[in-house]
Order: sequence, then structure tokens, then C-alpha cells
Amino acid sequence: MNGRTDSGADAVVVTGVSVVAPGGLGTEEYWKSVLTGRSGIGELTRFDVTRYPARLAGQIRDFEAADHLPSRLLPQTDVSTRYALAAAAWALADAGVAAGTLPDYDMGVVTSTSQGGFEFTHREFNKLWSKGPQHVSVYESFAWFYAVNTGQISIRHGMRGPSAALVAEQAGGLDAVGHARRTVRRGTRLVLSGGVDSAFDPWGWVAQSASGRVTTATDPERAYLPFDTAASGHVPAEGGAILVVEDAGSARLRGAERIYGTLAGYASTFDPRPGSGRPPGLRRTAELALADAGLAPGDVDVVFADAAGVPELDRAEAAAISGLFGPNAVPVTAPKSVTGRMYAGGGPADLVAALLAVRDSVVPATAHTTSVPAGYGIDLVLGEPRALPVRAALVLARGRWGFNSAVVVTGPTR
Amino acid sequence: MAHIQIDDLRRILVACAGEDDGIDLSGDILDTSFGDLGYDSLALMETAARIERDYGVALADDVIADARTPRDLLDLVNRAVPADAR
Repeated sequence: MNGRTDSGADAVVVTGVSVVAPGGLGTEEYWKSVLTGRSGIGELTRFDVTRYPARLAGQIRDFEAADHLPSRLLPQTDVSTRYALAAAAWALADAGVAAGTLPDYDMGVVTSTSQGGFEFTHREFNKLWSKGPQHVSVYESFAWFYAVNTGQISIRHGMRGPSAALVAEQAGGLDAVGHARRTVRRGTRLVLSGGVDSAFDPWGWVAQSASGRVTTATDPERAYLPFDTAASGHVPAEGGAILVVEDAGSARLRGAERIYGTLAGYASTFDPRPGSGRPPGLRRTAELALADAGLAPGDVDVVFADAAGVPELDRAEAAAISGLFGPNAVPVTAPKSVTGRMYAGGGPADLVAALLAVRDSVVPATAHTTSVPAGYGIDLVLGEPRALPVRAALVLARGRWGFNSAVVVTGPTR
Repeated sequence: MAHIQIDDLRRILVACAGEDDGIDLSGDILDTSFGDLGYDSLALMETAARIERDYGVALADDVIADARTPRDLLDLVNRAVPADAR
């Protein structure tokens, strides 16, 4: 496996997936919620939000950490890390990978989180201010940290291969998967990858609201409306997804039970500075990802949009998509409309949705959105899921402050 | 003088760092190494911080690092002079 370069490498495939999302714990529950439009959006209940301008969240309500994690890990983990650890274990089980399946140095971990361990840190800061430094948990030293999910997963599953953590707000999850693909191409047989986020303590909530992109709508059905004429911002969410990214030859060698699809292309760009007059980088990102996959726009069966839910950003994304594919030329969807934006978890969850769209030949609808401006020139799937063969899907993500990322997945038989 | 017993330490260890699923803490663990009990150096630091709060005994980090077993740690705490008695 050593000495291989990026060019001419074997395919990098996905052999296991798992999602922890509002309204859907586990891959199939998530997929069901996306296909039926069962929304996980409601009033945030982690603390009293009645006096905050934004009150709706995509909150996970059915996750009992003690049911999924050993008690050793509970005192030292933020809720976001608990999601990451649970999802990692489920993804490995889905892929049929157990301890000893592969040598520990042949397995790496590459994850993304945009917010780190907010709730844990808020609790410890509270102790610091009210009781003094000797009351602060020693685990605060790493529980807040962006790399903690990669580290905890690596330790728990004995995955000692090349590992990393990437931070790029909502684009970071796709960047992690892109880097996982790169890591496999450099010779690591298997990399667990994806992203999660959660910041539903008052401090984290205010930090998210400060972006100015969070909706203050109060009706869960009319709050996060990507590409709608009534779009008013996004609903913050928690959760994410973890994928088992593997060298195709290695997967065959160990007798992997299934291959969801191939990570055929990846690219990322950074927007020009504000006021430069140059266009944002999203379209170029999509073009680069397609070129990396060796595909033309006409080969793509569906686009999973970033779907900011902010009119100006929706318009820019619609322009990028219709500019690249032609007006109304490709179905576009945003399954995150039932979860809210999971930040680093959003891109990986969309990747799982794209792979399941390939598996089931169906494109989920964008829930709640009803009225797309004709000038957007995009064929947004609305109302009901659309049955169609999906051989290739483009997944887009944008992170605040200029990050753009795109991943192309193709079906296993392509 | 503080007096801490093995049952107190068991309770504090579990509260601070949980317990390893494969290890029975209720048995005779006085001379079992913390490593074998599933507790690393951070778990011991967290435990020492809790002992300081509950028993008024402050142990320096490098002193805690020398405690290899529950008996070592109990001896350290029980021999130490509480901070408020100095």
C-alpha cells in the first residue's frame, strides 16, 4: 500500500456510514426523517430561551449518552464528542470493522467540528467564576478542543494511522472527508471521517446568533426556508455524520460487506476578500470537484446544496449552480431543511444522504420551502421525494468567512 | 487530620473518571495499579482535586504522579496535613 501517489490511485470508497441528527438517530432513522420531511426543528429546551431573539433549534432529543458510551468517557466529554464517539462506533459496525480487522497503523481518523466543546466549557467556566480554579475539571484541558473528537475516536478504537482535525465552519466536514480521501491515497487503508457540532448552552447559542444568519422566526415549519422567497436565516442544529473511507482494494481484500459509493472528487476554495469585485468561489469549487472526478456537469444527477437560508447567499448559490449546469438543468435539494444547519456535521450528513440517494434511487425533497424565485433558475425538489436513478451527486458546503467545499460521490458500480 | 478510606476513594474515582466496564472496583483493589484499574494520570489529577475540595488536603501534581495504587494515594492523603491546619 505504500508509495502510491495521488494520481492514478485506486478508488476511495465509503464502506460504512452513520448519522446522529435531530429527528433521526442512526442512519436509517435519519434517512426516514429526510424522506418523509419529519422535522427535528423545535424550540430549544436545553435552557430557557424565551428572552433570546432566536428560539428554534435542530435539537437531538433522544440521545442518552450513558446508553452509548462507557462511563469512563462521560466525565471527560462534551455532548458534541459524545455524538462523534457514538457515530464513529456505529459507522465502524456498519462497515463490519472490529478491533483487529486491520492493523492499528492502517487506520486513521480525520474529523471536523466548527465550535468545539462549548457546553462543557461553559459549565467549567461557570465553576471557575463561582467557585474557583480548583473546581475546574482537568478534562477541560482537551474537552473544548477542535481535535478532541479525532483523538477520542482514535484512542477508543485503536486507530493510530495518520489523523487530523480540520476547522472551516460549515465547509469543514467536507474538507475532513476530502482529507480522509487524500490520506487513503497516501497509503492508509481506512480513515474514519466526518464531522459533528453542538453548542446549545447559552454562550454557544449567543455565539451562533451573533453571525446574523440565524432566523428569529418562531414557527418551526416556516423558520429555515432555503431558497424560499421568505428565507430569513437558518436554524442552528447539532449532530453530524461519520463515514468509513477506505481504499477500494483494501475493502475488497477484507471482504467489506457493502460499498455505498466512491468519493470521486473533492475541491475547496476560499472566497476573494470582500469588496474585491471578484465572484465568490463556490462555482469554481464545484467545477474543480467535477474535474477531479473526471465528470462533466451533465453527468451529475443531483446537487445537495449548502442552502444557507439567507436570501443573498441563496441567490449566490443558485447563480453558481444554474451557471455551471444551466438553468433548471439538474435537481437540487437540501435535506438539512428538516435538521437545521449542523455546521461541520452538515456536509457529512449530506454526503450520507447523497449515498443513500444513490442506493435507493430517490432524491429527498427540501422540506418547508414552497416558493422559489423564478430568477434563481434552479430545479429545487419540493414537496415529495423524486424517484430517479442517481449515479453521481455533487455535495456543496460553505463556511462563514469564505470557505467553499465540494465533494462528488458516485455509485459503487460506476 | 483527614481520614479517607478505600470506599471513599472508590466513590471519588467513579465520580471523577467513571469506571472501566471490564473492571470490578468493588473487589480488593488496594494494591492494584491505577493503570490496571483503567485510570490514567488525568483521572488521578481530577481525583486529587476532588480530594482537596472534600478533605482539605492539597497534593502537588508530581506527588500524585508517584501514587501507583489506591493504597499509595490513601497513605499520601491520610499522612498529609490539611491546608487549614498549617
